[in-house]
Amino acid sequence: MPHLAEPHGTSADPASGRGGAARTTTTTGNSAFTVEFEAIGRTFAPTATRGPTASPPVLRDVSLTVRPGEVLAILGTSGCGKSTLLRIAGGLDSPTTGQVSIDGSPVAGIDPRCAVGFQEPRLLPWRTVTENVALGLPRGTPRAAGRARVAELIELVGLSTFAGHRPQAISGGMAQRASLARALARNPGVLLLDEPFGALDALTRLKMQDLLLDVHAQAPTTVLLVTHDVDEALQLADRIILLGRPDNDTRDGATIVQELTVPGARPRDRGSAELAELRGRLLAGLGIDRHGEARGLAATSTIPAFPY
Amino acid sequence: MTETVPRTLPPTSARTVTDATATASARTAHSPRRSLTSRGSVTLIGGAILPVLILAAWQLTTALGVFTIAQLPSPAMVWQAGLDLFASGLLGQYAAISTQRVLIGFAVGAALGIALGALVGLSRTADIMFAPTLGAIRAVPSLAWVPLLILWLKIGEESKLTLIAIGAFFPVYTTVSAALRHVDRQLVEAGRAFGLRGVRLFASVQLPAVIPAVISGLRLALAQAWLFLVAAELIASSMGLGFLLIDSQNNGRIDRILLAIILLAILGKLTDAAVGLFERWANRKWA
Repeated sequence: MPHLAEPHGTSADPASGRGGAARTTTTTGNSAFTVEFEAIGRTFAPTATRGPTASPPVLRDVSLTVRPGEVLAILGTSGCGKSTLLRIAGGLDSPTTGQVSIDGSPVAGIDPRCAVGFQEPRLLPWRTVTENVALGLPRGTPRAAGRARVAELIELVGLSTFAGHRPQAISGGMAQRASLARALARNPGVLLLDEPFGALDALTRLKMQDLLLDVHAQAPTTVLLVTHDVDEALQLADRIILLGRPDNDTRDGATIVQELTVPGARPRDRGSAELAELRGRLLAGLGIDRHGEARGLAATSTIPAFPY
Repeated sequence: MTETVPRTLPPTSARTVTDATATASARTAHSPRRSLTSRGSVTLIGGAILPVLILAAWQLTTALGVFTIAQLPSPAMVWQAGLDLFASGLLGQYAAISTQRVLIGFAVGAALGIALGALVGLSRTADIMFAPTLGAIRAVPSLAWVPLLILWLKIGEESKLTLIAIGAFFPVYTTVSAALRHVDRQLVEAGRAFGLRGVRLFASVQLPAVIPAVISGLRLALAQAWLFLVAAELIASSMGLGFLLIDSQNNGRIDRILLAIILLAILGKLTDAAVGLFERWANRKWA
């Protein structure tokens, strides 16, 4: 179980987990699982204020397979149902139609194979960082092993000096790191991150992204990352899906409108022109004008799209 | 391990004034200056100013003969009445029985308040079923229970304890149920996402989150318990501070009435201070 302590451990290349050979049994910690969404639809029950008419679906026909060890970013405009999709994967919400299965077995209720990192740190204010991280340990972890694991994770996220502090005494970035450590303490087969760095300042966010990459390199679990930050998605993900309403479709509810594989191995060059091109395309998909003709001539892509 | 800096200062009540001023002048040189009002000795002296002034005014008015002795006896006479009652053993007995009634009634009422408050605060079904009825019972004025309790439970300890328990129940019930309903949903969801359910969820997330509210409810309940004690003893009793009040009224012993009032004030303040200490400790631990 002390997976992170083994430096030889697993390869940083997420592709190593892709062949299906990496699938291990549930009993060993840190195994990465396949997540399969089958025709997920979600409609929220009408509330009193909205009247008796059924509210339109938020999500429809989302079908997707996330490979073990893959980092998948879910992009979309605000309110398009990204978080809902993630919550469904973790069993915090249940789909109206369709089903999610992890490692072949369907998700029913909160799933012990998943760990969630929320947008807010959501640490218990009366517990120290150490005690908060320990909350993530799976039930029945032996006391000594649990303590060692917590110390290890706190070290990993660089909070050793603040291990005895309460959440109110540390900064937002530190709290978010503690929250990430708590999620990792669960030894999750699937790590669900709901805009985990969204509330952080720009520099802290970049540092946290690198931290997440380090963590994933050491323990390559399957990661579903909800974000509205295109750069973050390009920096972290193997694959990006864009949720939204297709242009020529009048039906309500968001579905997958774009799916793209991000080229190159991580960590990626933040200044890469190739990624800049992809960024423009993703932003266009999110309904943001790229202002490509700002310098008088219409910008054309000089870089061939991946795969070249 | 770095501990969080304790928010409250160590009690400095034992320290003398000169001691405090001496250390204050020494402290300014090297450590950040503490404001004057944050010092224990200053709090203690500041709190004593008004009682001393009242005592002085009382002494002055009686010495100048502004009021007749039948209207307002002097502090010395009240003190003497206290000494007399103490010598006969009645004062100790009255104070003890009253304190005992308050503590038992408070314990019973507070325990029931926490239990029912938790039930109503956590369960939507229990909320729908119990909250309206309990709300209606709370609306009944305290004294309205007295005739019923005396008929049902006779003029014994039970009727008084029940009345005090009713008084202590409601502040606790109200604060606990309201606080539990308003526990941060995000924290509860986070707890659930990490596999906590039922009793474990309650013990690790919901209970610690409401502890400060519960303690302020307990403090209110204790004040309410003293209130209901006097109501109970005034009406039907043969012992206790409330009995001392009504007995002295019948005998025209105004000095003893004042004595009983002062004793109630001191006892009430002491028990409240005890809960206050507990509150400070709990706030440091949980808030």
